[in-house]
Amino acid sequence: MEQQSLFSVISPIMVGPSSSHTAGAVRLGLMARNIYNAPFLKVKFILYNSFATTGFGHGTDKGLLAGLLGYSVDDSRIKNIFDIIKNEIDYSFEYVEDISRFPNSVDIIIDGKRKISGDSIGAGEIRINSIDKFPININGNYDTLLMFYKDKPGMISRVSDIIQKYEINIATLHCGRNSKGGIASMCIELDMPAKDEIVEKVKALKDVFFVTNVRKLK
Amino acid sequence: MTLLSFDELLATTIEKNLSISEIAQQEEALFLELSVGDVRSKTQENLIAMREAIQNGLKSTEKSVTNWCGDDAVKMTQRYKKQKALLGTLFEKITTYAIATAEENLRMGRIVACPTAGSCGIVPSVLIAVSEERNISEDKQIDALLTAGLIGLIISYKVRLAGAVAGCQAECGVAAAMAAAGLTQMLDGTPQEILQATALALKNILGLTCDPVCGLVEVPCIKRNAFLAVHAVTASELALSGIESKIPLDEVVDTLKITGQLMSPLLKETSQGGLAKTKTAIELEKSLSKLKG
Ligand code: SF4
Repeated sequence: MEQQSLFSVISPIMVGPSSSHTAGAVRLGLMARNIYNAPFLKVKFILYNSFATTGFGHGTDKGLLAGLLGYSVDDSRIKNIFDIIKNEIDYSFEYVEDISRFPNSVDIIIDGKRKISGDSIGAGEIRINSIDKFPININGNYDTLLMFYKDKPGMISRVSDIIQKYEINIATLHCGRNSKGGIASMCIELDMPAKDEIVEKVKALKDVFFVTNVRKLK
Repeated sequence: MTLLSFDELLATTIEKNLSISEIAQQEEALFLELSVGDVRSKTQENLIAMREAIQNGLKSTEKSVTNWCGDDAVKMTQRYKKQKALLGTLFEKITTYAIATAEENLRMGRIVACPTAGSCGIVPSVLIAVSEERNISEDKQIDALLTAGLIGLIISYKVRLAGAVAGCQAECGVAAAMAAAGLTQMLDGTPQEILQATALALKNILGLTCDPVCGLVEVPCIKRNAFLAVHAVTASELALSGIESKIPLDEVVDTLKITGQLMSPLLKETSQGGLAKTKTAIELEKSLSKLKG
């Protein structure tokens, strides 16, 4: 059994009413914000299963949108988020039943160009499990260097060499790919955020398409 | 060192001659790489947020989006003004604070999940009402909350504290056990008495189902907070009288877990059974889908 903090039992301080459907929704939004990491004008949320059926009474829609706009889980303004942002952002929601998806699950499509999918797995904990259909694994508890590249041998060692030079400890490393020799993803959880220089150096590696430094959630 | 069982916890209190709250803050400081002082301020932040939730909840009659609940705390305050509760002021405060917090949760107010949002009224109502009535110092309240936290944490190593996993026994039930432990700490109970209070509280909610109407943390959750807050006090009073649970706490926690496994999935947050499938619940579901439009 992995040791946990006592504050996993007392906390979070959050707006209600549900840690999975409200706080988890806010955190999924926040995580999508950290991943996208750029201004946007339009967002579409596709809510699945229990998010779709009970989201209305739990403020799941409000939580997702507020998180994407950077509100924290305990911000009392979340319940009025629709009034607050009025027409500044073009947002929409779709509700879908799909048993192949986790019970509390969402796709967040930002500006029609990036689709970030994640689950709320209970007690406010979340995981982002794909970006634009590429499998990833980010839970927001660590600063994570996320990258997509052409699947081929040697990438892990090249990237970890770069990180090592900055004396940053790698907590975990997770790779996924859509097919052998296709596009692969790497999520490296770090004990401190990767400096911009690291991101630049990784970007400069051959066959790397996309690199971003995803900040952990507070 | 991770304390995985209550036997280990008790042995540590004896071996090191420390209270449960002292062990809690030491362990937490080590784990989070913070000073004990920082752990205590973090605990106090939660305590302050709990007090604010109670105060906000007591003032508001704003209904939830479903329009089913939201004015019960105010109803209670008004009634107690006219007619004292049979069990006195402390009982009035505990029950009102529990409902006030749970209602605040429902109207998307700011609360402290303890251990979950649905059960957020139980620990605060007991600890804060008693400390007001008995003039308990801030430090002792922090000790009580630390104790409640460590108790909940050790239970969570065996059972995930989620209605979907083990029914409401793992949410409101565990909250009551945490409140009983915290209260017993606050009233200067020994570590043995604290663990007995925990065992007594848990033992008497085994089998509590999770059957929220329309899948919302509303019916029966809000009112349940008041019931289980009082339940926690009963457990603490018995334990402080030297009454012991015949079944040791660790075995009670195992039982909670096994009972959770035996429970039909229909009664574990899926809203496919129990109160959620009553005639009235089904009607409420229809009216809700109209509201959603
Ligand atoms: S009935 Fe279910 S949803 Fe309601 S408080 Fe209990 S565990 Fe949570």
